[in-house]
Amino acid sequence: MKCTADSVLSIEDLHIHFPTDQELIRAVNGVSFSIPRGRTLALVGESGCGKTVTAYSILKLIEKPGKIVSGKITLYPKEENPVAIASLHPKSDTLYRLRGQMVSMVFQEPMTALSPVHTIGSQVAESLRIHENKSRKQAEALTVDMFRRVGIPGPRARLKQYPYEISGGMRQRVVIAMALICQPELLIADEPTTALDVTIQAEIMNLMKELQKQMNLSILLITHDLGLVAQNADDVAVMYMGRIVEQGPVRKIIKTPRHPYTIALLKSLPGLHPAGEPLESIRGSVPSGACIPPGCPFHPRCKYAQKNLCDRGRPPESQPLSPDHRVACLRAEEIQA
Amino acid sequence: MTTQNKMPLLSVRDLCKYFHLPCGRRWSRKTISVKAVDHVSFDLYPGETLGLVGESGCGKTTTSRAIVRALRPTRGKILFSDSGTPVDLACLSERQLKKIRPKIQMIFQDPFSSLNPRMTIGSIVTEPLVINKIGNAKTRKEQMAEMLTKVGLKPEDAARYPHAFSGGQRQRIGIARALILKPSFVICDEPVSALDVSVQAQIINLLRELQRQFEWTLIFVAHDLNVVRYISDRVAVMYAGRIVELGDTETVFNQPGHPYTKTLLSAIPYPDPDRKMEYKHMGQVADPGHLPAGCSFHPRCSHCVELCRQKQPDLIAQGDDHFIGCHLV
Repeated sequence: MKCTADSVLSIEDLHIHFPTDQELIRAVNGVSFSIPRGRTLALVGESGCGKTVTAYSILKLIEKPGKIVSGKITLYPKEENPVAIASLHPKSDTLYRLRGQMVSMVFQEPMTALSPVHTIGSQVAESLRIHENKSRKQAEALTVDMFRRVGIPGPRARLKQYPYEISGGMRQRVVIAMALICQPELLIADEPTTALDVTIQAEIMNLMKELQKQMNLSILLITHDLGLVAQNADDVAVMYMGRIVEQGPVRKIIKTPRHPYTIALLKSLPGLHPAGEPLESIRGSVPSGACIPPGCPFHPRCKYAQKNLCDRGRPPESQPLSPDHRVACLRAEEIQA
Repeated sequence: MTTQNKMPLLSVRDLCKYFHLPCGRRWSRKTISVKAVDHVSFDLYPGETLGLVGESGCGKTTTSRAIVRALRPTRGKILFSDSGTPVDLACLSERQLKKIRPKIQMIFQDPFSSLNPRMTIGSIVTEPLVINKIGNAKTRKEQMAEMLTKVGLKPEDAARYPHAFSGGQRQRIGIARALILKPSFVICDEPVSALDVSVQAQIINLLRELQRQFEWTLIFVAHDLNVVRYISDRVAVMYAGRIVELGDTETVFNQPGHPYTKTLLSAIPYPDPDRKMEYKHMGQVADPGHLPAGCSFHPRCSHCVELCRQKQPDLIAQGDDHFIGCHLV
């Protein structure tokens, strides 16, 4: 996917490292993607593949000792000049303004994303008061309106409640209200429904889709659940060990995956499997980011890996199979799911 | 699976577990009773897998804990007939329980907190033998090595500590610990929900393989309906402490009878962009502390009639081995 004029975000060749006392952990190694306005890009991968770190880097929320080593992150606000994020100081005014106003986040655990000692009303109104200089009254009215839009029943009475008084699904709605109250252009949703039940998950995802349509919102959806991806994303980028191994429109990735990792992930889902046959699993587990295997990082677990081809040299570059479908595999041409 | 002509290994009858929580002002003696498990009955036949599904707070974990007597049930019978004569686990003393416990083992959800970080893998896996005074040091070590190989680890791993292993490997250690006593009945409480998809498949395959080898009877508690469908022979759907539907996995998934099961199934995101979800909003889960009168699902049910508000439905057989707890079937 090339960066087009109508993107909200583009990331080019991003590298993020975490130097520790003992070793250097390479969390993100050359990630590039862009998100078109009004669409949903899903970043998929197992834990430790670098998807969360990539997302956090967009707002420079990476904690020490993590560092953006190289690469470009550019945000394109609607009525302003593009902003290059990677070179900004983490405490700069520009970032302070962008956070919450142009880009906002929804986190995995709604309980830890909310302050336990403030009422939910004041937490949601806070960003209005800070970013848009609204008076207490105005902010309250807008909050009530937002609560109504995210489907919180009895919004006015809820303003004065604390997070412990409401259920998990309601809390996630509050977090979404908080994220959307300043009408951002990009919403980063980091595993927004992992902590919730399927029924609540369905409700939250439907709500996000609904609001996306109303507000022409772009969403970066971070998840490990391919079912959620198939139902909600427009484009997909599959990550493994800090690299995007395959990216393209959702239908192509799910129906005709070409990277062995994507193929294996889809085959290991019990939902797509006839009962009785053993599930196809990927052998071994994800290696640590400190000792990335040479050659293609996936080769030790790959069933298509070829000796003397996949296990040496530099990791394979991402090649276009068709204009909108890119795969980083040396044998992508031969492999059919 | 033909279940009619066999003796059940476990039959649970009217199992109830109520928790009494303080309510009202501080120091007041008022309590409310939370009906975590309410009149649950089912049979489990040797060699089969029963999946327990439902949303969080529906009582699936409490049910499984009451069965292993990690909790004392408020009421009800848990008849376990491993050696021919049924024993009621619900009213055994701790000492009597200790004799029977090796037959019943449990595999836990979180592979990180269920292993003691200060014990080596070897001592974690042999501990059940030590507690039950089985064998001597040498035979225990041999058995431990055998179990580790069975679950796909190396006998050399015995000297290492849990922190050296990944999530999937730790779950294998948990399985080896349950396996070493040669149980006939194993309860898995969300064994794969903390794992990544690719590792999840490895563990599910391992559980199925071991079940075949050792003829385990399994209760498989999970909230991931796809996993439950894949591994279970029969499924029990729980809502607010009760079983609302019980039957053959394929019957329940293909022809769900209870409106709750239907909604639950419609909420599964299917990994196919062409098959859109048909989930409809249905409001809040019932609070087990303040259950509505009548059928506890009625405030969320779109088919609700007057009878549902007044009378709690019983679980009634609809065809072969398919039980539904709804007035309107």
